[in-house]
Amino acid sequence: MNKRLALLLVIAISLLHIIPFFILVNMSFKSPGDASSKWQTPLYLYLDNFTNAWQSAHLDQALLNSALITVAAVTLVVTVGALASYPLARFPTRWNRVVYTLCISCMIVPALTILVSLYKLVVDINGIDTYWAIVLVHVAFALPLTIFLYTGFLKTIPRELDEAALLDGCNHFTLFVRILLPLLRPITATVIILVGIAIWNDYQFSVFFLQDPNVQTVPVALSGFFSQFQNEIGWVAAGCLISILPAVVIYVFLQRYFVKGLTDGISR
Amino acid sequence: MAHVTRSPVAHAAALAKPEGGLPSTRRRRRPSHWPINLMYLPAVLIMSAFIFYPFIQGIHISFTNWDGYSQQYKMVGLEQYRRLLSDPVVLRTIGNTFIYGCGSTLLQNVLGLAYALFLDQKIRGKGLVRTIVYLPIIISPLIMGYICYFLFQYDGGAANDILHVLGRAPLDWLSNGTAAVWIITLVNTYQYMGISMVIYLAGLQAIPKEYLEAAALDGASGWSRFRQVTVPLLMPAITISVVYNVIGGLKLFDVIIAMTNGGPGNASQSLSTMMYNLYFAREDAGYAAALGNVMFLIITVVGLGLLRYLRRREVQL
Repeated sequence: MNKRLALLLVIAISLLHIIPFFILVNMSFKSPGDASSKWQTPLYLYLDNFTNAWQSAHLDQALLNSALITVAAVTLVVTVGALASYPLARFPTRWNRVVYTLCISCMIVPALTILVSLYKLVVDINGIDTYWAIVLVHVAFALPLTIFLYTGFLKTIPRELDEAALLDGCNHFTLFVRILLPLLRPITATVIILVGIAIWNDYQFSVFFLQDPNVQTVPVALSGFFSQFQNEIGWVAAGCLISILPAVVIYVFLQRYFVKGLTDGISR
Repeated sequence: MAHVTRSPVAHAAALAKPEGGLPSTRRRRRPSHWPINLMYLPAVLIMSAFIFYPFIQGIHISFTNWDGYSQQYKMVGLEQYRRLLSDPVVLRTIGNTFIYGCGSTLLQNVLGLAYALFLDQKIRGKGLVRTIVYLPIIISPLIMGYICYFLFQYDGGAANDILHVLGRAPLDWLSNGTAAVWIITLVNTYQYMGISMVIYLAGLQAIPKEYLEAAALDGASGWSRFRQVTVPLLMPAITISVVYNVIGGLKLFDVIIAMTNGGPGNASQSLSTMMYNLYFAREDAGYAAALGNVMFLIITVVGLGLLRYLRRREVQL
């Protein structure tokens, strides 16, 4: 392809895809009195938008809640999922095959379709507005994929390794924790990225199970903020910008892992 | 996906592959091994409590007239499903859901493949394009919906500013139901086309260059090389990308809530947002549960059906 034409296309595509972010940044730094077009970058920085958004959307609390819930759920998913994959991958008895198939079939159930009964369950166990309930729900819905990825990866590790370790006096648990877990590191990275992004960005569960402002995560806090201050678009834009910033910064630095992790997780 | 929100494909792929399931390595059924199975007990318990049990409970609720909070309700048999079939809003909603699912799938795959073909060459700045196209995937779809709301809002929206420069009257994009449905589809496409792009890019890089060179030597034109060599070898990537996008689109929720909240009226409602409305705004839990089951059925049938259809074509080639 013609080099100049290619370069032109590269620039055109990049510009086209950056538009929403460009508009968002413009809006966040514009003062309420400035009626100029959203395409116009202000030549000043109006930072009150950020302080107002930070205070009235309670973003500090929301970021803390999001971080807490994400870290807790991801840790639990990785632990429980990796543990489960060992017997399922290494001891494929008929019973274990049934368990494996059942676990994997859960991936078909889109979370929203069982919302009514799930919500009833969380109400019944007094889990509304608690961290533990939302964490457990996230863990439950992330486990099928996690188990699927871990068992798939375990199959690629030769069993001779297990046998050697068992002969050397490991029991199955120490074998798994000391020998296999370190080898599972690449797939653990994939799981952390896939599950972490999904939980950090989750709205569909959080909006139902976290109604008290003190426990709300970032997307839920923003949705409340958005409906309350729809006319203060500068505030809302600043709020959006603050809340996507952590993910964007991490993405820019760990881009390679993100692209690989997400794509691997889907393609498997 | 994202979510794991957008994850059922991989597993569906596992079910459909003939070799899916566990490796049939040597069976060891020495009795001393059974305590090892305790290692999956926590996982099974959590999933039973929060997936299996609610799933079965949901089927039960769909046969009742439960309102979502009171202790009393009675069994009404298939009444809720009968209501579904005669409800024009539900039929429109199912139509919308298919536009969200199939429309975004078509756009994401066509655009994703085009971008991948473009980036598969030696081009300066292709890393930058990949980074930018992929970026929206890590952002919450709800926030993406808000950002795009600013693009299409009537008063001072970015799209209307372009119309203004062109000397046209501003349009109220999101107040027209059909337009709103397609704008939401576009936003979903914009956000997740990077996934298709990366899947296709990986697929293209796995195609041996000799095949294309051999075809070129035999006198095949650019288009027929693409049709006869590239596409067949790309079928596995196409399967993954299409099934993944269809399921993601059929489940679409956050973007709709952010941009139109299902409105105007019910014109841009999807099955997920409709369920949310029925349960929390209209306290019609039995009906919402029935709708959930219908949605489950639609997604499973469409997802697995497409998967089997595409996989068969892979085998033939």
